[in-house]
Amino acid sequence: MSTTEVSTAPTGTRPSDPKAPRERRPRTFEQANRRLKWAMLTPALLFVGLMIVFPLAFTLDLSLTDAFGAVNADKAHIGLRNFTEALGDTRRFWPAARRTLIFTVGAVLLETVLGLALAMLMRKSFRGMRWVRTVLIIPLLTTPVAIGILWLLILDPTNGIANHLLAAVGLPRQEFLGSVSQSLPTLMLIDVWQWTPMMTLLLLAGLTTLPEEPEEAALVDGANSWQRFRHIILPMLGPTLAAALVLRAVDALKTFDILYATKGPGGGSDFEVETLNVYAYGLTFDYQEYGLAAAVLVLFTLFIIGVVVLLRRRGGRKNA
Amino acid sequence: MSTSSQPLSRRAFGRLAAGVVGAAGLGALSACSTGGGKPSAGTPLRIMAINHVWSQAIQRRTKEFEERIGRRVSMTLLTADQLASSYNVKLNASGTDVDVMMVRALQEQLLFGHNGWLADLSDRVADSEFDWPDFQKAPREASLTAGKVLSVPVVTERPALYYRKDLVEDLGGPPRTLDALMDAARELTQKKKGFYGYVGRGQRSGAVSQWSSFLYSHGGDFVVDGKSGIGSPEALAAYEYYGALLAKAGPPGATNMSLEQAMPIFAQGKAAFYIDADAIYSSFLDPKVSRVRESIGFAPFPAGPAGARPHNIPSWSLGINEFSLLRDDAWEFIRWAAGPEMSAALQSDGIPGARSSVWSDPKTLASFPPDLAEAMRLNAERGLGYDRPRVLQVGRARDIVGRPLVAGILGQSVPPVARDADAEFAEFLVRDNRHKES
Repeated sequence: MSTTEVSTAPTGTRPSDPKAPRERRPRTFEQANRRLKWAMLTPALLFVGLMIVFPLAFTLDLSLTDAFGAVNADKAHIGLRNFTEALGDTRRFWPAARRTLIFTVGAVLLETVLGLALAMLMRKSFRGMRWVRTVLIIPLLTTPVAIGILWLLILDPTNGIANHLLAAVGLPRQEFLGSVSQSLPTLMLIDVWQWTPMMTLLLLAGLTTLPEEPEEAALVDGANSWQRFRHIILPMLGPTLAAALVLRAVDALKTFDILYATKGPGGGSDFEVETLNVYAYGLTFDYQEYGLAAAVLVLFTLFIIGVVVLLRRRGGRKNA
Repeated sequence: MSTSSQPLSRRAFGRLAAGVVGAAGLGALSACSTGGGKPSAGTPLRIMAINHVWSQAIQRRTKEFEERIGRRVSMTLLTADQLASSYNVKLNASGTDVDVMMVRALQEQLLFGHNGWLADLSDRVADSEFDWPDFQKAPREASLTAGKVLSVPVVTERPALYYRKDLVEDLGGPPRTLDALMDAARELTQKKKGFYGYVGRGQRSGAVSQWSSFLYSHGGDFVVDGKSGIGSPEALAAYEYYGALLAKAGPPGATNMSLEQAMPIFAQGKAAFYIDADAIYSSFLDPKVSRVRESIGFAPFPAGPAGARPHNIPSWSLGINEFSLLRDDAWEFIRWAAGPEMSAALQSDGIPGARSSVWSDPKTLASFPPDLAEAMRLNAERGLGYDRPRVLQVGRARDIVGRPLVAGILGQSVPPVARDADAEFAEFLVRDNRHKES
């Protein structure tokens, strides 16, 4: 709409004449609309400012201080010393970063493969499908701490049912979460148990939107099931797969509750499941080293952003 | 809605935005603020406590206290980790929504005192009716930080040797020395049958407090002359002993075991010996959770090369939040809950207190099994008043001290890990002292 069409400015006066009575500025629908738009946006902007920008800026500022004991105690700005301390820490920081990566890559890969397989199986409707879908989402609805305690009881090396079952079929007893070497793989499998259904549902939603013609054409041309999956379905599912991977990877990187519920502070006696998240929590709540904890969290945030950018680039290149 | 009919001038928009910002700011401030000024008569006295038999017993009696002060009491019971995290969050924000704090004098008090989070109770405990000198010496000393009384002990704890009477008959009774304990535990272990000679805490940090008695009984200490003591030959011997005990006679997954995991194994009758806090003895007498009710015996901590030197500590104490608006009522609560009458009543119910008068009263001791009462008495006599390094960052210190313990339990060579931990602990002590001085 042109502004001149709805102009309400009075005619016959010269706006530049200082003696002329002060006239109202011309108001147009677009101007009013623009202002109202900002008025509508203000609550959202305030929310983002208070809940996202302020905590991030505060954490960044805290990471440059020697804050210890109490956050509101006197603290000095010490430049990047916390960052150099964290990056030079080969005892806790780097092993935690490595475990974060192993946990994420291992769990998300398994979840993607299993999720895709289940989605393919559930693609065509079958009897009892609703029931299967309902059962599938139960782990998603359960709180992670409850899941942690549940698996802790099942996998208890002495009293747990898992070892009774293994013994019943003649297999050796395992320590599971009680073992330094088995804890991380066990927790990855618990994560797979909990989150594969989400991958299945996301990929199933993607599969149902795919056109059927290309697959039918391939079928007419004599392509077998694997060829149709590999060369038709998978490329078409690419964008959904990339989005699901990014979502799940970011979530897996941040995993905390299940690790803490099963292994306690520090990720176990040999720090065997201590990820960056668990390490930062320990620095904050067990050691009260708020400056160093903030620096670790800033580095962790950068790490997550890096992973997301990498996944999106790879996803974008594949889909191009 | 027609936008053209209600146009917003720039000024009006500015006013609107300022209004929204102001409202949001006020909202945020009121949300962040935990109150201020004078509390109303309806404001409850808020108590945060550990979920422990002591707190449960007090919770059942709060009505009596409410009637006495004319104010409602709100008591929140949490696990130790949850409690510590809650204090961190609330007190970092100078929160006034907690008045009485149940704290571990040896875990948090030094740090909370350093942060100015605990009110000075020195003048209040001087009240003659409260009878402060009646508290046992070790717990009373642990309540002091920089010459100020910051907490009042309510529950004390010593390590007890829990054992199966039916299994030690042939061995001539419970072991009196650590060497005898090791021999008996190894002899009774039948791993293939799922039976273990010994069960105990094995978690890196959680095991340190129980291991302290083994350390002292080997002649070692966490800090010697202000320097790290965990690299000493005595500490090394204590590390190797404890590691071997759990590695050779303990259940699988011992390094993941704290009180919550170790206790059920003994209660289920799957272990011959268990050393842990004497305050938990009632769990083994409860027919709902225990299969060893008839066969359990209690003995004092066995002697090591340096004799029997267990810890005798105030496991839980009461303090007042420095930011509380109800400090007088909070003190009234402490006076009531830690007073001579309540201490005697609770000890008669089997909850070990910190007052000497109740320990010398045969009526209060009658609630404990006789062999446990005797073990408690001996351990209290011989005990040291701390079970972990007395530093600001107890959590970090326990993580360092516990590393060689884990190595021992995992069957690794202890000396290199102990040397490494000793160097780290020495460096840590320098940093901790610097924090103390800041």
